[in-house]
Amino acid sequence: MSNLEKYDQIFTETFEIGKADLEGLKYQGIPAWDSVGHMTLIASLENAFDIMFDTMDVIDFSSYEKGKEILSKGEYGVDFNA
Amino acid sequence: MTFEEIMSLSPYSLNKEEKGKLLTERLMELTRHHLENCPEYRRMSEAVGFDVEKAEDYRDIPFLPVRLFKEMDLKSVPGEEIVKTMTSSGTTGQAVSKIYLDRETSANQQKAMVKIVQDFTGSARMPMIIIDCPGVVKNRAMFSARGAGILGFSMFGAKKIYALDDDMRLDVEGLKEFLENNKGQRILLFGFTFMIWQHFYKELVRLKDEGISFDLSDGILIHGGGWKKLISEAVSHDEFHKRLEVVCGLRSIHDYYGMVEQTGCIYMECEHGHLHASNFSDVIIRRPIDFSEAEIGETGIIQVVSTIPESYPGHSLLTEDEGAVLGVDDCPCGRKGKYFKINGRLKSAEIRGCSDTYADKFK
Repeated sequence: MSNLEKYDQIFTETFEIGKADLEGLKYQGIPAWDSVGHMTLIASLENAFDIMFDTMDVIDFSSYEKGKEILSKGEYGVDFNA
Repeated sequence: MTFEEIMSLSPYSLNKEEKGKLLTERLMELTRHHLENCPEYRRMSEAVGFDVEKAEDYRDIPFLPVRLFKEMDLKSVPGEEIVKTMTSSGTTGQAVSKIYLDRETSANQQKAMVKIVQDFTGSARMPMIIIDCPGVVKNRAMFSARGAGILGFSMFGAKKIYALDDDMRLDVEGLKEFLENNKGQRILLFGFTFMIWQHFYKELVRLKDEGISFDLSDGILIHGGGWKKLISEAVSHDEFHKRLEVVCGLRSIHDYYGMVEQTGCIYMECEHGHLHASNFSDVIIRRPIDFSEAEIGETGIIQVVSTIPESYPGHSLLTEDEGAVLGVDDCPCGRKGKYFKINGRLKSAEIRGCSDTYADKFK
């Protein structure tokens, strides 16, 4: 499974939504992505990619797209083209 | 002064003059915003004869009684921008505060809290023991202050465990396993003062008699929610610290003061037992007789100001708590700003009169 597939799967499973809903999806944009859902998402991503987010990145993780940007940073090094 | 600029500073770096300038600039800006966008706030300001153009200092900005948020729905943004409504804790039948948050205010609350707490914990996320039951965050539609506190502090935890089950019994096996798996690491513990005492401390004492003990000497405990019930059990602040150290080696213990009406800018207790105001907020002690500002050391009613609230007019509030400023910029811990102590709640009869009649006028 590619990193992007993994990333997408965590979103669709955590929030019980379809792949088509992912683009443009924002924190607090759907009932499931509230602050409780957010911590579940963060924990699942940390497990799947074997990383630990910095606290500020947990807060800045405000959309589906922003999350990819954060994970692509040097300290996490997740390559979404791989 | 934008919120981002305040964020970029170390949270306890400003002295009295610097902080006064910053707060005046930002709080005046917030006052203008709320005057323009919240009709109820504008009417109340007019009723007390406040003229924003004549105000020179953040201490001149009127304060709303916190109780008002129980009686009125106060917002400074269109309803469709509200993403979260927070409520205060209250017993059944008691009115609760409703605080309306948009994306911006909600995010700024979290960011401020991270800056403040990291000054005490460091920036690494730690294994975390939440001294409460998992049930408290399950009702997602209604966010109680207790649930919000737990979720807010959860950001600082990496792996997390709830130490209590839904019947508030200590999960002894779970705790043992968690400590074993995270041996040698600094552990963050979080909970509410009375629950820690009743369901954690007392149980640890009982277990110790049975020969089961836990070593939490590498832990840092953050607790809040007030002392009222413990004082009625005659447990003082010093006693609380001493007894926890004896039973599990916990030495780093920090109380915090905060309220749902100004979530984010909490007041953390330092190593010297003082509560500190960060750059994000301030406390002003008011004399009950005429609401003039009290001297250092003089007890009065606590007013809190915060640089965060944009979606609701809660940047300047009169609490129902009593306390005193102990000093400014010179705490031995090195943190700048005011440091203070809380004496407890005002007797409700004393304040009910003024806040209720105050609110009734504007209905």
